[in-house]
Amino acid sequence: MNAAAAVAAQSDEARAAFALDDLDRRIIAATQSGLPLTPRPYHAVAETVGATPDDVIARFNRMLDSGAIRRIGVIPNHYRLGFRANGMSVWDVDDATASVLGGEVGALDFVSHAYLRPRHLPEWRYNLFAMVHGRDRGEVERKVRNIADLLGDACRANDILYSTRILKKTGLRLSPGANGQERT
Amino acid sequence: MDATDKLIVNSLQGGFPVCAQPFAAVAADLGLEEQDLIDRIAAMTEDGVLSRFGPLYHAERMGGAQTLAAMQVPLERFEQVAEQVNAHPEVAHNYERRNDLNMWFVIASDDPSAIARVIGAIEAETGLTVYNMPKEEEFFIGLRFQV
Repeated sequence: MNAAAAVAAQSDEARAAFALDDLDRRIIAATQSGLPLTPRPYHAVAETVGATPDDVIARFNRMLDSGAIRRIGVIPNHYRLGFRANGMSVWDVDDATASVLGGEVGALDFVSHAYLRPRHLPEWRYNLFAMVHGRDRGEVERKVRNIADLLGDACRANDILYSTRILKKTGLRLSPGANGQERT
Repeated sequence: MDATDKLIVNSLQGGFPVCAQPFAAVAADLGLEEQDLIDRIAAMTEDGVLSRFGPLYHAERMGGAQTLAAMQVPLERFEQVAEQVNAHPEVAHNYERRNDLNMWFVIASDDPSAIARVIGAIEAETGLTVYNMPKEEEFFIGLRFQV
């Protein structure tokens, strides 16, 4: 098992031991579009959700430990930072080696995330996805060639899907009533 | 963006502390004043350089689910279908991409049953096939955009 797979397996165990309760859900609802920009943001969240600051801080730590929160910080708009070329590189990789090779691709410093996904033959033959960001398409294509070199003969075909427009981009939205309350 | 803004973006894409006065702690590390740090994050968010500031939640780890889905949308109906897809609150991201499959969107919910429901609704509303591509394995290291 490579390092990335080990981390994923560890997180899966943490997930199994974790279920959101009502206070977690209120905290998520209050912060999914951002933390208050005040000197004591967790105190402000506590006031919003009707809990103590210590409780809110404990819940944030638990959600970080369990992986329910990936990270806390600035979420850059990569277009505005000059990373305008956003290429979804897709690869038809031999199933026998896809997991190991996916881990190696995901570890490349210019790949933001990599996934194995199901094929839909004949319309869609690709099973490995790796997001590559660059300042322009030349930079993306150079990086994609690095991935091709890494995959070697295990790769039967590949393509790059550039995003030409953002049609929607929001944070996670909790569905109403998913905790057993009335569903709208 | 000046050098201080870039320092903030490069060093704060994670690791924001969970404590009583987290901005003060970060500001001390970066050699800034607490209020200056807060004002700069607010200005960059207002300006759109930052999508937002705060926690990045992970739907599957919250007992929910997330998937990537794609459609082949006829060009003459593209805007209409985009509106139909985006109208679902569970559709978190939607991108136009250059391919036969030209619309790619993420469906995320804390309710795992929502995925199949939303896909079924979009297929019914648009008359188009939704190709569901849930991740079977994830290799997530976490890119840091350096500016």
